[in-house]
Amino acid sequence: MSGTFVGMPAFPEAASRAVRDATLRGNLRHATHTIRAKRAQAVAELSDWAALRTAGMRIKEHTLRHLDRYLVQLEESVTAAGGTVHWALDAEEANRIVTRLVQETGESEVVKVKSMATQEIGLNEALAAEGIRAYETDLAELIVQLGKDRPSHILVPAIHRNRGEIRDIFRTEMGRWGRPAPEGLTDAPAELAEAARRHLREKFLRAKVGISGANFMVAETGTLVVVESEGNGRMCLTLPQTLISVVGIEKVVPAWRDLEVFLQTLPRSATAERMNPYTSMWTGTTDGDGPRTFHLVLLDNGRTDTLADRVGRQALRCIRCSACLNVCPVYERAGGHAYGSVYPGPIGAILSPQLRGTASAIDASLPYASSLCGACYDVCPVAIDIPEVLVHLRERVVEGGPAVREGNRVVLKPAKGHAAERAAMRAARWAFTRPGALRAGQRLASGTRRLHPRTLPGPGRAWSGTRDLPAVPVEPFRDWWQRTHGGKEGTG
Amino acid sequence: MSSRERILGRVRRALTDVVPDGRTSTEAVPRNYLRAHGERSTEQTVQLLAENLTDYRAIVHRCDAEQLPDLVMRLLAEHGTQEVLVPSGLPPAWLSAADPVRLADRATSTAHELDRVDSVVTGCTLAIAETGTLVLDGSPGQGRRRISLIPDHHICVVRVPDQVVASVPQALERLDPARPSTWISGPSATSDIELNRVEGVHGPRKLDVVLLG
Ligand code: SF4
Repeated sequence: MSGTFVGMPAFPEAASRAVRDATLRGNLRHATHTIRAKRAQAVAELSDWAALRTAGMRIKEHTLRHLDRYLVQLEESVTAAGGTVHWALDAEEANRIVTRLVQETGESEVVKVKSMATQEIGLNEALAAEGIRAYETDLAELIVQLGKDRPSHILVPAIHRNRGEIRDIFRTEMGRWGRPAPEGLTDAPAELAEAARRHLREKFLRAKVGISGANFMVAETGTLVVVESEGNGRMCLTLPQTLISVVGIEKVVPAWRDLEVFLQTLPRSATAERMNPYTSMWTGTTDGDGPRTFHLVLLDNGRTDTLADRVGRQALRCIRCSACLNVCPVYERAGGHAYGSVYPGPIGAILSPQLRGTASAIDASLPYASSLCGACYDVCPVAIDIPEVLVHLRERVVEGGPAVREGNRVVLKPAKGHAAERAAMRAARWAFTRPGALRAGQRLASGTRRLHPRTLPGPGRAWSGTRDLPAVPVEPFRDWWQRTHGGKEGTG
Repeated sequence: MSSRERILGRVRRALTDVVPDGRTSTEAVPRNYLRAHGERSTEQTVQLLAENLTDYRAIVHRCDAEQLPDLVMRLLAEHGTQEVLVPSGLPPAWLSAADPVRLADRATSTAHELDRVDSVVTGCTLAIAETGTLVLDGSPGQGRRRISLIPDHHICVVRVPDQVVASVPQALERLDPARPSTWISGPSATSDIELNRVEGVHGPRKLDVVLLG
């Protein structure tokens, strides 16, 4: 990953700062609880949720097991449909490719659809270094960009900002980037949205180059899919003459038909809607409709290293719905910034250290940013066993072991005496001294484990009818930690 | 070695533990999920579409072919529309009673020109009842993707019951992946400000759906 977050303190320091910030905590708590409750309802509407979840998991698993085959097929289909495919080993190469493509158009500004892949590689900064201005067009991303801030949630990146803060940012910053906020702007959400609409429309209508990510790429047909709410995605995908999409290689699915699974599970898991307001699908270029030139940049940037880890590779199944963030007791208190990565929350805790390695203090501490309560696994629409990967990565940090880094097999040294171990210990101490963070999750669950039903009562019954509830660990992690002094005695 | 070769090489080395089975995703994945949720008559499916569209704050109208021109005229008048965009294959009868100036959907129109237009009237390829979704694929009668995006007001006509499917799986099997498609579930919306839903950030803020049949 890029240096976007270099200099971040390790998780515990960042988290303890966040925990002291009452506004941030209030905003986060409100947001995660609201989405969580709505999501459960949206999921309960589908009586075959368990089957959809299994199918989603299996499609992704199958794709990853034959990733080379599907990437080659995708390249053929996109090319046949009039697109051009580029391959980027790392952030630097991806940024170089995109910068060159923009320069070839002769333009010095681009409009962007919210994309975690481009955040991951620090594309905006790389473009800025070459004199190209990249405008974020998602309302939340706009808030984040104007506020010189970082996103704190996958789906609602400005979840940590309340309306008063947003109004202040618009008032002071909008004018520097284009159309200023109207006089007398209040903090009413409708007014704030209107100000953003006017500010951004100026940019959409003149944009010649759009940059996006994609939620899915279909190998069989070469189709790319972007799922969104506001319509800024549609603006960026259809108005410019040139469209450049930067997409992680794990986003490929084999067949058109596979979309029927994810287009049911993603919106419900993400914003708790039956369907998001807008979904765009395009296959190469279409005469007279939309961009005349389409480039797809396929991004590795640590993904093949992650794929090489037999336990950890399941993190690549993630469809970025963010459901795991909304149920996580640690995320709720610590906030997204504490994770020091574009991928916050439980998925960030397993993805970032795999994509970036565990050399830095923040990455070494991330596998500890969890209470292992298992709620993230329960809600995950592709059934990623996040706790399993967390434990696996903790072992790796503490004990070392074989891994693949930039395509090479390496043996990681145990972190003993190193910054990583100290960071891990501090993370653990942080969690253990916060009564809420840990006990809410896993201590209570363990204490009552014999009482846990095997199926859920009420509307959850259909969902759990065909699968067992995950077992609660016999021994809570913190007990294990205390008993073994953080794994140093080699058990666990 | 090119990055392409390197990435593919890394993928292959990463997967040395995997025994390739040569199966396609269709063979390897259990498809025991439902093709549609619940048993409904055709009329009930149309009713569900109307309910779900309304739930997403689209405004739903029902009429027959004879009433359609008057309804379209009224909807345009209510919006105060001066100019309306018309895709090439739209049945002329739909707008036969409407007063506003008709502008054809042309490849040469600039985005700024389209931004001055008040409303657009389109058909659709299909509509999905369970999710309250309209799908447009750029066929004649629907126009380019941008015309249903830039004007502030979109009137979309759905022929019932033949353009209505129950579910997402039924929709995908009827769509042509080669065509660009836009799925629309209610007007543009954001929940980015303290999770308050606000309609219309960038797309049309008002969506009228006419169920014709
Ligand atoms: S790990 Fe699962 S729940 Fe979390 S964002 Fe990814 S798909 Fe969603």
